[in-house]
Amino acid sequence: MDAAAEQKYDYGVVRWFTVMAAVYLVVGASVGVYIASELAWPILNFDIPYITFGRLRPLHTNAVIFAFGGCVLMATAFYTVQRTCGVRLWSNKMAWFTFWGWNLIIVSAVLTLPLGITSAKEYAELEWPIDIAIAVVWLSYTINFIMTIAIRKSSHIYVSNWFFLGMMVMITYLHVVNSLAIPVGMFKSYSIFSGVQDAMIQWWWGHNAVGFYLTAGFLGIMYYFVPKQAGRPVYSYRLSVIHFWALMFGYVWLGAHHLQYTALPDWAGSLGAAVSIAMIIPSWGGAVNGMMTLSGAWDKLRTDYVLRFLIMSLAFYAMSTFEGPVMSIKTVNALSHYTDWTIGHVHSGALGWVAMVGVGAMYHLMTRTFHVELWSTKLVNAHFWTATIGTVIYIVAMWVSGIMQGLMWRAYDEYGTLAYTFAESVEAMHPYYAMRAIGGGIFLFGAVLMLVNILMTVVKASSQGSVRQARTAVATA
Amino acid sequence: MSMQTSMEKNIWGLVVVVALVLSVGGIVEIVPLFYLKNTMEHNAYPEVVWQRAEGQTLDDWQPGDGVRPYKALELAGRDAYQREGCYLCHSQMVRPFRNEKERYGHYSLASESMYDHPFQWGSKRTGPDVARVGGKYSDDWHRKHLRAPRSVVPESVMPNYPWLKDSPLDGATIQAHMRGMQMIGVPYTDADIEMAAAEVEGKTEEDAMVAYLQVLGTMAKLDESKAYRE
Repeated sequence: MDAAAEQKYDYGVVRWFTVMAAVYLVVGASVGVYIASELAWPILNFDIPYITFGRLRPLHTNAVIFAFGGCVLMATAFYTVQRTCGVRLWSNKMAWFTFWGWNLIIVSAVLTLPLGITSAKEYAELEWPIDIAIAVVWLSYTINFIMTIAIRKSSHIYVSNWFFLGMMVMITYLHVVNSLAIPVGMFKSYSIFSGVQDAMIQWWWGHNAVGFYLTAGFLGIMYYFVPKQAGRPVYSYRLSVIHFWALMFGYVWLGAHHLQYTALPDWAGSLGAAVSIAMIIPSWGGAVNGMMTLSGAWDKLRTDYVLRFLIMSLAFYAMSTFEGPVMSIKTVNALSHYTDWTIGHVHSGALGWVAMVGVGAMYHLMTRTFHVELWSTKLVNAHFWTATIGTVIYIVAMWVSGIMQGLMWRAYDEYGTLAYTFAESVEAMHPYYAMRAIGGGIFLFGAVLMLVNILMTVVKASSQGSVRQARTAVATA
Repeated sequence: MSMQTSMEKNIWGLVVVVALVLSVGGIVEIVPLFYLKNTMEHNAYPEVVWQRAEGQTLDDWQPGDGVRPYKALELAGRDAYQREGCYLCHSQMVRPFRNEKERYGHYSLASESMYDHPFQWGSKRTGPDVARVGGKYSDDWHRKHLRAPRSVVPESVMPNYPWLKDSPLDGATIQAHMRGMQMIGVPYTDADIEMAAAEVEGKTEEDAMVAYLQVLGTMAKLDESKAYRE
């Protein structure tokens, strides 16, 4: 029990963002498994408008990215910024506003998306009134974070905070520009941009939601929680400086690689691809920096299951930041674009990197902010293996189906005509869609284990009164 | 490293520099698309876009006359297309490859989606591209396919959309949508908007969806011998 920390910092909001993240991971992954099953067995659409693939898919992406990912980012950033600055949050009240605001936005997404209320821009489907709410709540998060740094007691701003800051600024740009729309009703708007310009802006948003929300933000988590959990300092300060600035400058350019060979002018796509390939270097620099932080403490992996999540996440980070640039090369993209390979790539990043590093941080936060040991360490280990195995099955299924699709679409027979109809390619996907649903199901099972573990830890903490004791105990340190 | 050190100690300096560094890529890649002439093919090939004469209505347009704003019924179909998330499985962007040409038709031009707010290029082909689906199947086929895709394509994994045929269209709603489009630069005339309510009168969302699908890719007549893009 760390009574000193409990009394020195605002942990309440961190605690509940962490618990809600576990809830939303289960929700988001459940919807994901369901829509994956719909593609394997379309009968599951049941002719009910609200649960068709087209309406639930945005709910899945919003739930995992903004509900789960958002709560993890808010929990970790509010925690890290206090611990590394040595001060309380600038405003605890504002942090609670962020908490309730963000959760309200999530509830409104759960209500509106199945009703078909959508702006029809991928990963930015929420309609204009919710978009305005997102901007307000996001700014409350950003301002609170920056002001806490401004009133810090430490002299230097720690590397995690640079990454969180970069994410907050970039997401503000992206959300505001990409969501510019003309309302034509309470729940309907049209993007003010059209065609090719709208496409470029959408993918500038789309890729940087990945590059900043799911990468820079989660690297902020990595740079704090990996050293903390390993009990070692970050391997290389210089590497982290290079990693940071190269990522900030470079990632922004990548969106154009989603539009290779489309009606987007060639110069833009090529520029996007060129920078994408260059990004292997800082990405791998960052992965190495995280992994090498363990040098001299590798034996901890045998006993520390939380550390396993963090290190496995870096392996997936390294893998998907290699795969991404490869897929941005025009000749590869000609095959991979429009196929399941893209979905596989996204999930190696989302399940392997984002979820695992987030989960590692969440387990860490549970013990630090509830002042108890986890309810079950065995369950953490079981979660680790189900998450890893589920992710691998998922991405292997999508690699095979994606490459097969790409090859079938371009295959010619001996007479020089297309060898397969489109429908034949759909039929060939069935076993892989089933396999993907199973892989996702295994991952979901792990997420349920975590939710049980986290809820039981909360119950344990409340029955012991550990948080109350920490608040009232005479601080020893 | 002195610049780095000073920023590590000064949050406001860090905020400003990060904000500047983050803005570069987007500005370089996005802003030129709004003014570089060769972005839109109709700057070199004006026949790609319909040259509407004074007093002409959208009904005076003939297939191949060039890209025009969607008629009220088509726009209502497009609204339903977006609501159902069709763009998540169907792209509307044919790439310049031999196999795509044979499967779908001429590669898509930027000018062809100039009135698409938002764009519908998509990112995934769980189902086939529909950029040039217009005219390939009969209206009847589309109705059957929308109500029960597997009745006409046994391998399909598309959901059934039986509710579209039971959803009537509302004239005032589509007029509001067209007025919004007009405000952001889609060249609807006031007469177009006035006539819109009558056009959708008594029609269903299924009628609208079929009208939308049947116009896709048929607006501009593209010429094989012309190099629209470098």
